[in-house]
Amino acid sequence: MSNILTLAYLVPLFPLIGFLVNGLLRKQLNKPLIGIIGSGSILASFIVSLLIFLQVKNGASDVITYFNFISVGDFSIPFAFQIDQLSSIFLLIITGVGFLIHVYSTSYMHEEKTEHFGRYFAYLNLFVFSMLLLVMGANYVIMFIGWEGVGLCSYLLIGFWFKKPEYNKAANKAFIMNRIGDLAFLIAIFWIIGKVNSVGYTEVLAAAQATGDAQVFSAFDLTGITILLFIGATGKSAQIPLYTWLPDAMAGPTPVSALIHAATMVTAGIYMIARSNILYTLSPLTLDIITWIGLATALLAATIALKQNDIKKVLAYSTVSQLGYMFLALGTGAYVAAVFHVMTHAFFKALLFLGSGSVIHAMGGEQDIRKMGGLSKHMKVTNFTFLIGCLAIAGIPGLSGFFSKDEILANAFIKSPVIYGIGLFTALLTAFYMFRLYATTFLGKFRGTHEQEHHLHESPAAITIPLIVLAVLSVVGGYVGIPAFIKEGAHSLNSFLSPVVAESNTILGEHHISHSTEWMLAGISTVLIIIVVIFAWTKFSKRPDTEEATGFGKVLADKWYVDELYEKIIVNPLEKLGGFFNRVMETSVIDGLVNGVGRLVNYGSRQLRLIQSGQVGNYVLLMVLSMLLIFAIQFFLRK
Amino acid sequence: MPIIYYIILSIALFSIGIVGVLTRRNAIIIFMCVELMLNAVNLLLVAFSKMHYNAALKDGLVAGADGQLFVFFIMVVAAAEVSVGLAIIVMMYRNIHSVDVNFLNRLKH
Repeated sequence: MSNILTLAYLVPLFPLIGFLVNGLLRKQLNKPLIGIIGSGSILASFIVSLLIFLQVKNGASDVITYFNFISVGDFSIPFAFQIDQLSSIFLLIITGVGFLIHVYSTSYMHEEKTEHFGRYFAYLNLFVFSMLLLVMGANYVIMFIGWEGVGLCSYLLIGFWFKKPEYNKAANKAFIMNRIGDLAFLIAIFWIIGKVNSVGYTEVLAAAQATGDAQVFSAFDLTGITILLFIGATGKSAQIPLYTWLPDAMAGPTPVSALIHAATMVTAGIYMIARSNILYTLSPLTLDIITWIGLATALLAATIALKQNDIKKVLAYSTVSQLGYMFLALGTGAYVAAVFHVMTHAFFKALLFLGSGSVIHAMGGEQDIRKMGGLSKHMKVTNFTFLIGCLAIAGIPGLSGFFSKDEILANAFIKSPVIYGIGLFTALLTAFYMFRLYATTFLGKFRGTHEQEHHLHESPAAITIPLIVLAVLSVVGGYVGIPAFIKEGAHSLNSFLSPVVAESNTILGEHHISHSTEWMLAGISTVLIIIVVIFAWTKFSKRPDTEEATGFGKVLADKWYVDELYEKIIVNPLEKLGGFFNRVMETSVIDGLVNGVGRLVNYGSRQLRLIQSGQVGNYVLLMVLSMLLIFAIQFFLRK
Repeated sequence: MPIIYYIILSIALFSIGIVGVLTRRNAIIIFMCVELMLNAVNLLLVAFSKMHYNAALKDGLVAGADGQLFVFFIMVVAAAEVSVGLAIIVMMYRNIHSVDVNFLNRLKH
């Protein structure tokens, strides 16, 4: 039974095969077959992942080396997979949620032409493959391959409907923003190679802990590497200052938003930091930076989400905000809490996005919540599951979001009450905008056209079944992490992940707050959140804010003008510089050089031509003079 | 006789030849000047050959007479050249009634 870990290569292999088959034969296959291949390959991966997970749960964990990937001198990078507690959890999330979204997509994308349908599933499979590679790799280079792969797939899928120029722009934006982060990640890898001469997690993390004579990293190295890695994470996981691509990424099909821009790809940064947790634990400065960046992102994105009217934009900003929460958890050293929130967030955010997709489907492509309303009468399943998703993300006790969010807030409280205060405020904002979204969309009166109202319908089973499964997971997903103050020793995720973060915990030390304080914190947040939920529910179900925002609300609706700011201080100067180079450098320097060489040769040869006069005497004279010159050189200069 | 006399005579002949080739326009005189230069070289070859032969003889060695061999080659080539060259000059005179080489630069057109 222990040999199941060596079968780990099957997990990314199935999606790769699915990608190749669907990608190459998309014109030959028909839609049901493409759907079966696409979803089936992920299901197969999920089953293998489940077997691996069960094995890991029994205490197995291993680094499996398949072959030597790169070998230069005494430095080599093996192609190896690391199967341990952390990666097996991520494998389950990726393949599990991924499978549900594939099933959902078979129905959601059904109106596409067959070849585009095939292209869609090929991209989706390639994405899952890359993400699995990212998570399973046993060193930073394999992770980087997956890291780039998911960036590429994100680009391809955001620009899936490539006939619309603005969608292509959104895809470019996502790709470029990601590239900025990737560059920092790459530099960090080189830095690590320079210091450790290896990129394997085992070696690097062991080297980081070496002290005394064996010390490899100075404090400066550690801070530099961790900050660079974190910059990489801000790109992929949409944190300040590189978060602006994620809301624009909503240009892609809705299931893509659910899979890539909510459940999996954006959590890559969190995975990476959780994976290298010892490095971070050893550099407190970086942890502080992460805490504050995470907190600022959470707050900023939550305020923006308050005034968005596009159903997907609200969810996108809520994703950015929740990712900020995860970074807050990482920054406070609560790595398990971050992974826990990744997991619960994957469930309820995928649920919410798929729910919104179901709504958009029913509304015939309409995404503006001001034109919706009263959908609960028409779409029972979607309504109910969406409500569960909202309750979960708001942090109502009993649902998964409560447990993970509460754990993060408790850790924030240990670090500083101020951070806790801002975090709690953000949680209240989250509850507010989620129920603004819910009430405006599903409650009240329908505000769309008659035609749309006539057309309203519940989505088919391929859409509702994943919703129901995800809704169940959103409810029960939190019970793997029941906090100690409710029941001692019931936090099974904590004990499961403890080998991964053991060293970090030893260094950070145990900072427990008393159970009564925790009860109090949980109580305060619960009461406040329930008040906010009821307030938002009653306010927006009766009077949805359909007017254009004014004053401060307009600033929020226009996203704090961050995009405009970037446009002004980065994009425009860059374009000006590009224009300058195009006009001046290109035309006068480069062209001048090339044309100048040509002109010189032309002129020179016209002058040289005159020597050929046809007068034999001249030739002879020149010959004699040249010979004399050669003799002179021979005699007088070469002595 | 010291070798320097031969060298000076040879340089003188050669220079006369060069100056003649450069300055005169009559094809026959140019031809003669070329011959003069060839023979200046011949003279020098013979002189050097003899000198080396004598020097080697003093040390009890026998040096080759390669220089003199070259002279024969040059004379043969020069004879061939003269026959062809004179033929060209004769044909030239028949055509343009002149042996002025400057008339011939029209070949380039």
